[in-house]
Amino acid sequence: MSAPATASAARPASRSRLRDGALLALVLGAAILWFAPAGMGRYGTYVLSLWLVMSIAVMGLNLTLGYAGQTSLAQAAFMGLGAYATAILTTTYGVNWYAAFALSGLLTFCIGILLGFPALRVRTHYLAFVTLAFSTLIWLLLRNEQWLTGGVFGIANIRRPGFFGLRLDGALAFHRFLVAVTFILALALWWLVRSPWGRAFMALRENPVRAASLGVDTRAYTLLAFAIGSAYGGFAGALYAPLVEFIDPSPFSLSQSLFLLLMVVAGGSGYLLGPFIGALLGVVLPEWLRFAGSLYLIIFASIVLILLIICPQGVSGLAERGWQALRRGRPAGGAP
Amino acid sequence: MAEFVAFLIAGVATGAIYALAAIGFTLVWQTSQTINFAQGEFVMLPAVLVLLAVKLLGAPLWLGALVGILAFILVFGLGFKVVVVDPMIRHGVLPLAIATMALSTIMKEGAKDGFSAEAQNFPSFVPTGTVEVLGAAVSLQHAAIIVVALAAIGLLQWFVGGTRLGRQMQATAQNPTVARILGIPVERMVLLTFVINAALAVVASVLISPLYLAKFSNGETIGLFAFIAAIVGGFNQVRGALVGGLLIGVVDSLAAAYVSTQYRLAVPLILLVAIILLKPEGLMGRKEERRI
Repeated sequence: MSAPATASAARPASRSRLRDGALLALVLGAAILWFAPAGMGRYGTYVLSLWLVMSIAVMGLNLTLGYAGQTSLAQAAFMGLGAYATAILTTTYGVNWYAAFALSGLLTFCIGILLGFPALRVRTHYLAFVTLAFSTLIWLLLRNEQWLTGGVFGIANIRRPGFFGLRLDGALAFHRFLVAVTFILALALWWLVRSPWGRAFMALRENPVRAASLGVDTRAYTLLAFAIGSAYGGFAGALYAPLVEFIDPSPFSLSQSLFLLLMVVAGGSGYLLGPFIGALLGVVLPEWLRFAGSLYLIIFASIVLILLIICPQGVSGLAERGWQALRRGRPAGGAP
Repeated sequence: MAEFVAFLIAGVATGAIYALAAIGFTLVWQTSQTINFAQGEFVMLPAVLVLLAVKLLGAPLWLGALVGILAFILVFGLGFKVVVVDPMIRHGVLPLAIATMALSTIMKEGAKDGFSAEAQNFPSFVPTGTVEVLGAAVSLQHAAIIVVALAAIGLLQWFVGGTRLGRQMQATAQNPTVARILGIPVERMVLLTFVINAALAVVASVLISPLYLAKFSNGETIGLFAFIAAIVGGFNQVRGALVGGLLIGVVDSLAAAYVSTQYRLAVPLILLVAIILLKPEGLMGRKEERRI
């Protein structure tokens, strides 16, 4: 597979350095987050943990939107599927959490294939409409099928997993577990994007016609990107359930799916670190802006709208632009 | 039988509202490739603005209505096009679609925080009462919705097909490049479709709000059903949006009556998926050539 993406072909050296920089940032970030909650209290730790879980869901959506160029309006629904699958399997059937986690990912992956296959057969925008319908249907199921999901009362007392005999019930211990899982999932995505597969994804986004002419099976790759992205939604849900220890249908509604999509765009779609920035803006910033209250959603959406108008690549794109302007500012020295 | 007719007419009435929203959606899509995910909020907001104008200005209803409606058309017809669509369209369809999602959040939350989180009464221009149709009692509001909405759609069809300006607009929608060569002011025509979209939203809002009350969350269902109507009818056709809207309205009303109130929302969604699987170009649509 020697199909270079048109954009990355323009500045291959600086691009790949940027991506290695992203890997470095990932390792550093994980190390910082491992120790960060010291002295933050239970609630502060919980917010950081929630940020990581949302980052996983946004990462998956970033693969769908940022790398394969498809809109999915069902990421929160996939998260809900993962969360409910894990909650039901672990509380009702006593299944091991790790097995439930894997099954949640598998389930959402398969549903991604089933949804994506007919939708992508037609035309690109149809995936958005199919996922729109799907996310509403899932929400109806979660709310109405009381015997399975507990309806609006949800499922309580979801147990947290252990780790080789180590108990992870405490906020800090579970946070560190989340740091590790998020790191592994981010690393897997980093590897995927660098692999020939990832290059095919990007070729597809930049110029689908050219990608097709170079022998990339565009539909198969788009489908795969969407299914893997959906599986990340399922993984995020499987982590969300034991983190909050209680789930009900409300965090998995259509508007939450839109919110996740806005996080991808805010952070910078198509950037490895974009989802972390986007989820930071969407999950952690509201905690600091408590005084804004319900106005926060307006502020966040306005930020995204303005970002989209001036720089569609989001915060990561702005940073990249700034970095390049800085380098151009001192041409003689030569950047490190 | 009388019961069935009553459900049918109620379905046609809400379907006419979905058709108005779906037609605006289709027009804007055709001329500027804008997939407006805020379409439901476009129908929700005019009623809220009217009530807000009445409250803030202490004005009588007619003046408040005038101010609210003009403000809406100015901001969400002209302003939407100039401020959001124009700078974004060069980035492609996808960022613009996401921008309209951000806009829908702003409109919804803005209506909740700036106006009211509770549903508010919205006055109707027809008296309460019923008329008898085929043995079924039909409320005057439903009758008025059907008459006014269909009249508005008829007027639009006459404008598009029968006037010089309308035909220029149609040409712009079909092929902007050729339209420009023929000397049609394409930019102005695109702007016109945005104004027409806002005007259709105003009509829908004024008609439906006496029934649904003015509430920030009204746009969710209306927007969803307008998309479904547009796709089911045929994404590229005004006629299709009309048929799709009426069909979805009737299906929804009958599903609520005879299937289950809990899953009434699911029936149109299943219809949508079936259409995408079996006849993706829509009921009234023609197969489009693949653009490669």
